[in-house]
Amino acid sequence: MTGLSLNRIWAVLTKEFIQLTRDRLTYAMILAMPLVQLLLFGYAINSDPHHLPTAVLVQDHGPMARSTLAALAGSGYFEITEEAATPAELDQALALGRVQFTITIPADFSRRVVRQDRPQILIEADAADPTATSGALAAAAGLPAEALKRDLVGPLARPGSGPPFEVVVHRRYNPEAISAYNIVPGLLGVILSLTLVMMTSLGVTREYERGTMESLLATPVRPLEVMIGKLAPYVLVGLVQTALILTLGRALFDVPVSGGWGALTLGVLLFIIGSLALGFLISTLARSQLQAMQMSFFYILPSILLSGFMFPFRGMPGWAQAIGTVIPVTHFLRVVRGALLKGLGIGELWPSLGALTVFVLAVSALAMARYRTTLD
Amino acid sequence: MTLAVDVRGLNKSFGDKHVVQDVDIQVGTGRITGFLGPNGSGKTTTLRMLCGLLTPDSGEGEVLGLDFRRHAEAVKRQTGYMTQKFSLYEDLAIEENLDFIAQVYSLDNRRRRVAEALERLGLGNRRRQLAGSLSGGWKQRLALAACILHEPKLLLLDEPTAGVDPKARREFWDEIHALSAEGLTVLVSTHYMDEAERCHDIAYIAYGRLMARGTAEEVIDRSGLITYRAEGPGADRLSRELAGKPGVVMAAPFGAALHVSGTDRAALEAAIAPYRREPFRWSEGQPTLEDVFIHLMGQSQDNFQ
Repeated sequence: MTGLSLNRIWAVLTKEFIQLTRDRLTYAMILAMPLVQLLLFGYAINSDPHHLPTAVLVQDHGPMARSTLAALAGSGYFEITEEAATPAELDQALALGRVQFTITIPADFSRRVVRQDRPQILIEADAADPTATSGALAAAAGLPAEALKRDLVGPLARPGSGPPFEVVVHRRYNPEAISAYNIVPGLLGVILSLTLVMMTSLGVTREYERGTMESLLATPVRPLEVMIGKLAPYVLVGLVQTALILTLGRALFDVPVSGGWGALTLGVLLFIIGSLALGFLISTLARSQLQAMQMSFFYILPSILLSGFMFPFRGMPGWAQAIGTVIPVTHFLRVVRGALLKGLGIGELWPSLGALTVFVLAVSALAMARYRTTLD
Repeated sequence: MTLAVDVRGLNKSFGDKHVVQDVDIQVGTGRITGFLGPNGSGKTTTLRMLCGLLTPDSGEGEVLGLDFRRHAEAVKRQTGYMTQKFSLYEDLAIEENLDFIAQVYSLDNRRRRVAEALERLGLGNRRRQLAGSLSGGWKQRLALAACILHEPKLLLLDEPTAGVDPKARREFWDEIHALSAEGLTVLVSTHYMDEAERCHDIAYIAYGRLMARGTAEEVIDRSGLITYRAEGPGADRLSRELAGKPGVVMAAPFGAALHVSGTDRAALEAAIAPYRREPFRWSEGQPTLEDVFIHLMGQSQDNFQ
């Protein structure tokens, strides 16, 4: 073997650097990726969320009830955002996802504490995502021993008799805190985005890159016909994937299917069409398949991290939640989880379905506006 | 002579690059017109504008008797366009490619047409082979078959024989002449002089402007170029000495011989006078098409400089 030439290595090395800086998108990715990840993981993502919205139904207006609520808020986990007048109202707040927890303090709470009757307060949690609630529920378990310390003094003090009340916890929608219940519906959104956005953007860009679009555009075929013809097969791909994930989720992990078929179907269709339109939009911007791939990645990364798929949505700071709200996957996850785990219908899930509709319309309009029927 | 293509004042810019400038192009019905010019001269852009792939900035005229800008769709239906790069689907079989084209043009008797095209190509027994696995010559024949499948009246070919071996090129041109004999009009861009000489007419475009037009003889005659030919040992080596002398437009070696051309006979003869000695033998010759084109290229202003 003849020796390695430092000159030749240097030649290849400098050539590589020059090419790297010519490809702006790759360059941006090299710099943006660590920055974005660092900021997201450092600031936005929090697997032990605090200040979770809580609705209360207080049927007792005695001092003990007030102290208990104050202690709950003092734990840092619960933030009382609503006061319900009836149990039905309370239930609705939880079902629609307005709050993470509901707390019911019964009518004779203070009186029974004084009588050493061990009353119960009820905490119901939206445990669809077990990570979001576990910290708060652990804190609630320690509540009875501490909450009323300052109230039970003097004549009311009772050394050695155990906590003055009990906390009963109901984990709704996922009583056994099985994370698959939350992950599988979420996976549906992530997998659909990954395959559909990427496949369409690559599929269309490939026609330009290989030059076949030039031949195609020289024929009488109309642009809209190309678009429909190219995208329709992927609608089927999306539906097959959906069926596969839901069937396997049910068969392998017992993921509940509580109904909500109407909302689920509508949500899946909207999301598939929106993802395809987005892929098409990317293909009108990208000049090569590599660029299309990178752009798809820029979309998919926040979809995984900020949508509530991997980390609790409510654990993120306001700015991250604001970004998350713009991401279609976030709304899709709400629809799928709402439908599968809570059995919600179109009537209850309309805010998220509406957001998905806006996504479909906006992206399709942009894609059509960008799509060129000629090579200009 | 009726004209299949009669377009005037064609212009197209990309950004600040004026790629096609006031080009008039005429193609006689049933004739083969060679479209020549250096790289980047606007040939591809002109062809793309004629078949509706690009929108001209300005220009008007008729293609196949139709206003080519207003009736671009109707023009497309009667035009076959063969791209410079192979642009059929490499991951589809030969037959599938042809079938796809037939469908896109909504042709009747699709199976029969595709079968006939395969038969004519001699690819009947390789119909299930992927188009990407064909050699360059076969790809080019398949591409031609695909763009005449819908029986167009006008064929636009963009450097169809680039990178194809001489035998395949010869066969390709025989096919083009056969199609022309059946009444098809052909506009074909090329860099090969032998191909230019196979065309009925020639249009020469350089740096976006049309420089010459007519039959090969007409183009040569009108160039006003006078060419002397020197033979003898070392004649080709004189090119450096002669180039740049007053009256010499160009001096180019052709094998062992040398072609020296100019437009001013007196000046040209004065320039070569010192070399009219042994061992060189001088004779006045016909300028070749290549001489004329290189001359035209030198004349035209390079708007990319």
